[in-house]
Amino acid sequence: MIPYQLIWLIMLLPLFSFIINGLIIRPFVKRESKTYGYITILAIGVSAVFAVWALFSVMSAANHEIVVPDVNWIVIGNFNFHVGLIMDQLSALMVVVVSVVSLMVQIYSLGYMHGDEAGYYRYYTYMSLFTFSMLGLVLSDNLLFTYVFWEMVGLCSYLLIGFWFHKKSAADAAKKAFIVTRIGDFGFLAGILILFVNTHTFDIYQLHNLAVTGVLGGAVLMWACIGLFAGAVGKSAQFPLHVWLPDAMEGPTPVSALIHSATMVCAGVFLVARMMPLFVYSTQAITLVAVIGGFTAIFAATMGLVATDIKRVLAYSTISQIGYMMLGLGAAGMVVSQNINDPHLHSLFTSELILTMAKGAVAVGMFHLFTHAFFKSLLFMGAGSVSHSTGTFDMRLMGGLRKTMPWTYTTFLIGGLSLAGIWPLAGFWSKDGILISAFQTQPVLFWFAMITVFLTAFYMFRVIFMTFHGEYRGGATDDGKDHHHTHESPRVMVGPLVFLALMAVVAGWWNVTGSFSAFFGLQNVSEPSIGEAFLSVFTFSFNGVPVPLISLLLALFGIFCAYAVYLKKWVTAESLGKAFGPLYKLVYNKYFFDVLYENIIVKLALIKGLFNGFEIFDRRGVDGAVNGVSTVVMGGGRAIRRAQTGQLQLYGLFIGLGVVVIALCVYFFGG
Amino acid sequence: MDFNFLTTILFLPVLGSIVIALISKKDDRLIKRLAAIFTFIPFALALYLFIAFDRSASMAGVFQFEEKYLWIAQLNAYYHLGVDGLSMPMLLLTTFLGFLAVLISWKVHDRPRQFFAWLLLLETSIIGVFVSLDLLLFFVMWEIEVIPMYFLISIWGSGRKEYSAIKYVIYTLFGSAFMLAGILCLYFTTGSLNMVDIANHSLGMAQSIMPAAAIFFLLFIGFAVKLPMFPLHTWLPDAHTDAPTAVSVMLAGVLIKMGGYGMIRLCVSMFPGVAQQYAQPLIILALIGIVYGAAVTLMQNDIKRMIAYSSISHMGYVLLGIFALGQVSLTGAALQMFSHGIVTGLLFAMAGLVIHNVEVRDLRKLGGLARQVPVIAAVFSIAGLASLGLPTTSGFAAEFLVFLGSYSSTVPHAQVYTIIAIIGVVLTAGYILWMLQRTFFGPVKEEFNAVKDADGLEKFYMFVLVAVIMLVGIYPAFLTDVFKLGISPIVKLIGG
Repeated sequence: MIPYQLIWLIMLLPLFSFIINGLIIRPFVKRESKTYGYITILAIGVSAVFAVWALFSVMSAANHEIVVPDVNWIVIGNFNFHVGLIMDQLSALMVVVVSVVSLMVQIYSLGYMHGDEAGYYRYYTYMSLFTFSMLGLVLSDNLLFTYVFWEMVGLCSYLLIGFWFHKKSAADAAKKAFIVTRIGDFGFLAGILILFVNTHTFDIYQLHNLAVTGVLGGAVLMWACIGLFAGAVGKSAQFPLHVWLPDAMEGPTPVSALIHSATMVCAGVFLVARMMPLFVYSTQAITLVAVIGGFTAIFAATMGLVATDIKRVLAYSTISQIGYMMLGLGAAGMVVSQNINDPHLHSLFTSELILTMAKGAVAVGMFHLFTHAFFKSLLFMGAGSVSHSTGTFDMRLMGGLRKTMPWTYTTFLIGGLSLAGIWPLAGFWSKDGILISAFQTQPVLFWFAMITVFLTAFYMFRVIFMTFHGEYRGGATDDGKDHHHTHESPRVMVGPLVFLALMAVVAGWWNVTGSFSAFFGLQNVSEPSIGEAFLSVFTFSFNGVPVPLISLLLALFGIFCAYAVYLKKWVTAESLGKAFGPLYKLVYNKYFFDVLYENIIVKLALIKGLFNGFEIFDRRGVDGAVNGVSTVVMGGGRAIRRAQTGQLQLYGLFIGLGVVVIALCVYFFGG
Repeated sequence: MDFNFLTTILFLPVLGSIVIALISKKDDRLIKRLAAIFTFIPFALALYLFIAFDRSASMAGVFQFEEKYLWIAQLNAYYHLGVDGLSMPMLLLTTFLGFLAVLISWKVHDRPRQFFAWLLLLETSIIGVFVSLDLLLFFVMWEIEVIPMYFLISIWGSGRKEYSAIKYVIYTLFGSAFMLAGILCLYFTTGSLNMVDIANHSLGMAQSIMPAAAIFFLLFIGFAVKLPMFPLHTWLPDAHTDAPTAVSVMLAGVLIKMGGYGMIRLCVSMFPGVAQQYAQPLIILALIGIVYGAAVTLMQNDIKRMIAYSSISHMGYVLLGIFALGQVSLTGAALQMFSHGIVTGLLFAMAGLVIHNVEVRDLRKLGGLARQVPVIAAVFSIAGLASLGLPTTSGFAAEFLVFLGSYSSTVPHAQVYTIIAIIGVVLTAGYILWMLQRTFFGPVKEEFNAVKDADGLEKFYMFVLVAVIMLVGIYPAFLTDVFKLGISPIVKLIGG
C-alpha cells in the first residue's frame, strides 16, 4: 500500500522540476543544455513509478480507494476551504496515463528538440508545469481546484502551441485554442457557480452524495451538468468547439503527442466521468453527452479522410476518438439513467447502489481513454520521427519511408492497427466495449459509430500507405536542407516509440476477461479463461448481432479500400474526389466551420458589426455628447461675451435703459 | 495610540513634495532619491499597520488607529482619521503604488523637480480620501487630487494632453459638484460630518430636507464619474492615453478606486435601503460597462488606450459586486479593486516601458518583440493573464468571488446578470491575447533589433508586482480576512 504522502508527490514532483528549471538554475545553465531535460525526466520518472504503485495499491485496496487526508488551505469570506486528493480507480488510472505518457514524451523530446533555436529551457519548463497541472486536475477532490488546474493546463497548451511564437500561424493557433476553450470554460464556471450556490460545497464526493440522495436535482442539476459538459466540449474539442485542435498542431510534435492527444484533450472525458453520478440524474444532459460524442466521432473522421498534413489527420482522429469516449460515457450513463427512472426498479436501488452503478458506468469510456492515450501518442511521435527526417508533415512529399525508417514504420503500423481496431490489439477491445454500449441504448449512434470504424481504418491506412509505402517524393523543399537521404531517428526517440507500441498491443488485454470493468465496480458476468476470452469475441453476439465481428470486418474493409486507392491505385484519389465533387469540397473545407466562426461570426458580425458599432457609439455618441455639451457652453459663452465690449458708453446706455424699464414696471405693475 | 501613524503616512509625501520643491540644486538623482524615500517610509508604515491591524471578529466595523481633533468648531468639522477593514488594504495599495510610481518615473528628465512634487502631492490626496472619516476632510482631499493630475497630464503627457487634462478636470469637478451638494444635504440633515456616526444611523434623519434617494444619487454621481461607470467613462481613455506612465499607474491603480470605495463607504453604508431599491438598474449599468467596455477595448489600436478601456470593463465587476449587496460579492468587489490596482498598474508600467524603449505605441506597427525584449514580454504576458482572470493570479480570485457573490445575490434576476457578466471573461481573453500577440509574437521585426530590455530597477519593480499578483491569487485570504471586517457591518445594515 502506497503511503499517502507519495500520492501528493506524484503531483508535486513535476512542480519541483518546474521551479528548479524555471526559476532556480537558469542563471547557471545555458538554455541549450540538456540538464533541463534530465531534471524533468527524473522528476516525472519518479512520479510515474509512484503513479503505477498507486494504481496497484488502489486495485488491492478496500472499495478501490485510498483516503488521502485533507490539508487546510484558506478561509475565503464565509466558506472555508481545504484541499484534498482523490485516489480512486478513476484518478489512479489517469495518473498512470498522464505520468507514463509524459515520461515517454520527455525522453523523446531530448532527441526531437535537439538543435532547436529556442533551446530546452523554455520547453522543459512549460512541460513540467503542464504535467504538474494535469496531475493536479485528475487528483483534485473539489471542483474549484479542478477548474484552477483546468485553466492551468489551458495556459500550458497556449504557451506550447505558440512555442515558436515568431511564426504567425503558431501565434494565431495558440490564441485560437485559448479563446475557443474559454468559451467552453464559460459554461464550466457557470456550472460550478450553480452547484455551489445550491449546495454550498465544491467537494466532488459531497456533490455525488447530494445527487444520489435526491437533494440536488431537477433543473438545477440539469443546467449544472450542461455547463460542466460545455467545459468538456471546449477542452476535448468536441463539436461545435472542435475547430481549435487541428490548428493546435502548430506546436512541437511531442507537445501534440502529450497534450493534444493523450492527456489534456481527454480532460473533458475525465470531467464527465468524474461527475457521472450527477449526469445520470439528468436524462437530458447524459443524452447530450452521447449525441455530441457520437456525432463528433463520425463528423471528425470524415475530415480526417482528406487532410494532407499527417498531424492534422491524427488531430481529426483524436477528435473522433474522443467522440467515441463521450459516446461510451453517454451510452453507459443512459442505461443507469433509465434504470433510475424505471418505476418498477425504483424500490430496488439504494443510493449506495446507484452511486456504484454510476461510477461503474464510466468504465467503457475510460478504458478507451486508457488505450487511446498509448496508441495515439505513439502515432504522433511516429509522425514527429518522420518529419525529423523529411522536414515536413505534408504526406504528399513523403512515401517509401519504411525502408529507411524500419523502427518508426513498425511502431507506427502497430499504432495504426490498434487505432483501426484490429484484433487483438488494444484499440479493438476498448472500441468493442463502446460499440456494445451504444448498441444497447442508441441504435442511430451505434450505426454512426460503426461507419466511423470503417472511416478510421481507411484514413489511418491512407496515412500509412502515403507515408511509408510507394516511392519517396523528396521531403521538404523550403527549409534549405537536404532531405533526399532519409534516416532512422536517434535511439532516444525510437525507445519511447517501442515502449508505446508494446502498450498499444497489450493495454487492451486488461479487459479481455472484464477485469477492468470489475475494477470500476461492474460485476463480472462470467469468468472465462484468458484464452477462451480472446477467441470468444468472434462468436459473441448481442441480441443476435455479432457486434465485434462486424466491427472487425468493417475495419479490415477500410484497410482494404485504402490499399486499393493509395497503394495499388485501382481507383485514384483524384477520381474519387471528382466523383464526390461537392461533398469532397465540403469536407475538404472542414464543413466551412472555420469560415463561419472566424470570417462570418468573429470578423464580420462581431468586430466589423457590433463592436465597431459600439466603438463608433462611444466616440460619437457618449463622448460626442460630452464634447457637445462643452461646445454648447463655449458657444453660449462666446455669444454672451459679445456684450462685454468694455465700452463705458455702451454700459451706460444699457444701465440707463434698465432704469427706464424698471421705472416703467413700477409705474404699471406697482401698487 | 501614542504615535499618529495615519497622520505621518498622510503627510510624509506632501512633506517630501515641499522639500523637493524647495531644494535649489538641479540635482536629478537627489530629487528622485528624496521622492523614493518620502514614499517608501509611508509604504513601510502602512505595511506595519496592515500587519498590526487587529483581525479579530470583534473588530468588525471598528475603526483602528483612529485620530480625532477638532478642526472647525463652527461647522462641527473634525480632523478625523481612521482605517477599517475596507480602507486598510486600500491604504496599503496606495502607498505601495505611490512608491513604485516613483521608481517607474526614474527616467523622467523633463523638469523632474516639479514632476515629483506633483506626484507626491497626488499620493497624499489619495491617501487622504481613504483615511478620512470626516466628510469635509474627505471632500477636501477628493478635490486636491485634481490639481496635481491636471499639471501632470498637461505638462508631462503626450498627444492631445491639454485636451485630456482639461477634460479630466471638468469631468471630475462636474461629479464632485453633485457630491458636494450631497454632502451638504447630509450635513444639514444630520448636523454632523462624521462618516461613522452617519453610517451607524445614530443621528436622527428627522428633518430631512430631501428624500434619501436624492442624496444617494447626488453622492453616487460623483463616485460613478470616478469609477468610471458607463456612460460617464469617456474621460478615462483620453486621460490614460495621454498621461505619463507613472500617472497612468496611479490613475488606474488607485485613483479610480476612490469611486468604488466612496460608493461602499458613503452610498451603500449610509443608504442601504436606497441601494437595495436601485440595485437592479445599477447592476445593468455594470453589465453594460463589462460587456460594452470589453467590446470597445477590442477595437483599440493604441496600446495604452486599449488597457484604459479594459479598466472600464474591469471596474464593471466592481460595480456588479457592490450592488449585488452580499458579503461575498462586496468582498469580491473590494478584492477586485485591489487586484485591478496591481494588475493594471503593472500593465500600464509595461506599456509605458514598451513605448519608452520601442518608441512605437500603435499595435498595428508593433510585433515580434518577444525575441528582442524577453523579460518585458514575459512580465507583460503575466500581467495580461492576470487581467484575463487566470487562476493563481489575483484577477481570478477577485472575479470568482464577484461571480459567486452576485450569483447568490437576492437582487432579482441576479443569476441571469451573473451569466451575462461571465461573457465578459471570454471577451477579455480575446483582447488580452490579441494585444500580446500584436505586440510580442509573430515575425521578428528588424527595426526593433536595437531595442533595450528592462534594466535592473525596472526588473525590480515588475517582479515585485508579479509577486504580489501571485500572492493574492494563491492566498487571497490575507486580504479578504481584512476586507470582511469592513464589509460585514455593511452587510448587516442591508440585512443579508
